[in-house]
Amino acid sequence: MLEDIKTLRKAPREEYYVPGHRTCAGCGPALQYRLVAKAAGANTIFIGPTGCMYVANTSYGCGPWAVPWIHAQITNGGAVGSGIEAAYKALIRKHKTDAEFPNVIVMAGDGGSSDIGIQALSGAFYRGHNLLFICYDNESYANTGIQTSPTTPYGAWTTFTPAGPVSPEGKKLFPKDLPKIMSHGHPELKYLATASIAFPVDLMNKVRRGLNAQGPSFLYIHAPCPKGWSFPSEKTVSIAKLAVDTGMFQLYEMTEDRRFKVTYRPKELKPVEEYLKLQGRFKHLRPEHIEKLQNFAQRRMQEVGIEITLLSS
Amino acid sequence: MSFKEVPFAGTVPSPKRENEGMVTGNWRTKRPVLDKDKCTDCLICWISCPDACIDQSTTGLAFNLKYCKGCGICAEVCPSNAITNVPELDYAD
Repeated sequence: MLEDIKTLRKAPREEYYVPGHRTCAGCGPALQYRLVAKAAGANTIFIGPTGCMYVANTSYGCGPWAVPWIHAQITNGGAVGSGIEAAYKALIRKHKTDAEFPNVIVMAGDGGSSDIGIQALSGAFYRGHNLLFICYDNESYANTGIQTSPTTPYGAWTTFTPAGPVSPEGKKLFPKDLPKIMSHGHPELKYLATASIAFPVDLMNKVRRGLNAQGPSFLYIHAPCPKGWSFPSEKTVSIAKLAVDTGMFQLYEMTEDRRFKVTYRPKELKPVEEYLKLQGRFKHLRPEHIEKLQNFAQRRMQEVGIEITLLSS
Repeated sequence: MSFKEVPFAGTVPSPKRENEGMVTGNWRTKRPVLDKDKCTDCLICWISCPDACIDQSTTGLAFNLKYCKGCGICAEVCPSNAITNVPELDYAD
């Protein structure tokens, strides 16, 4: 059983995602990987489906993990995780190993979990494997040069959805809501939560609760991408914080009776414009598009039970 | 070298403290500098570093300049403005 971390000072000092990786300066996904590895500890196996956290970490035959790590194709992160979990269970049952059952963590991007990899993810959860599936959401296919993914928000510029005379808002579709896709409809699911890199202690505790759940658990982590979202590298954590404070991203957990329990309520809701204006991918938006995004944030918050109305300025 | 000595399916040993195969300190254009008088030891910069480049030592926080990419998150999140970014070219090394 992994204990809850009460304060930042009590956080483990050991690093299992060590310095020396080719991610961009100020990478949000790299920061969440470090926090997840720190919270999970030494007895962990990472499965890395294709994505930024595979491509940028495993250059030239080396990687930054101090714990075992294996690559899976972008389609089958859940399947490889299931296999490793089942093999370990069989070895322990047949007394062929005296090793303790490890924390099996699949670290998939938003493409590897909400788009290309969703069938393997759903299959693993349907069969009830004891693993933690993490989706780090940088809202695009970032390592191939910022193509749109199903979690890219409305109005964002990507190389597949450029803003121009034909579509002035860039991306026209509203994003998939992956935690809500996963939360209902997988009867074996034991734990589900969303987390943000701006709340590191909360993130590490959610990782530990997911690993303690002894069944399929899902964690959805918001991880800003300086290159894909076009903002200076030092703003990564501030933008993640602003996403929560404007309601564009909500922090919640699923309770045992399948309700959403909000774990952080912003005291005062900021307009989404404050979040959008810091990012180059939204710089073409007109007031009518921003209003659509404001309504979108409001609707998402209502769905999980955050009842804060925006003060009209 | 026979085939028996080749590692199975591209396996490589895990690094323990740092990944020597990808030294990233030479990417840096700005170097973080800590003002120890202002530092309250709140550890927010330590937890916010994507590259795990801030070490907690007995004499306070120290930057691991071999790997620090100079992203500047530490200076941005510091509540007491104890960290400043100094252009890398001001240093001889």
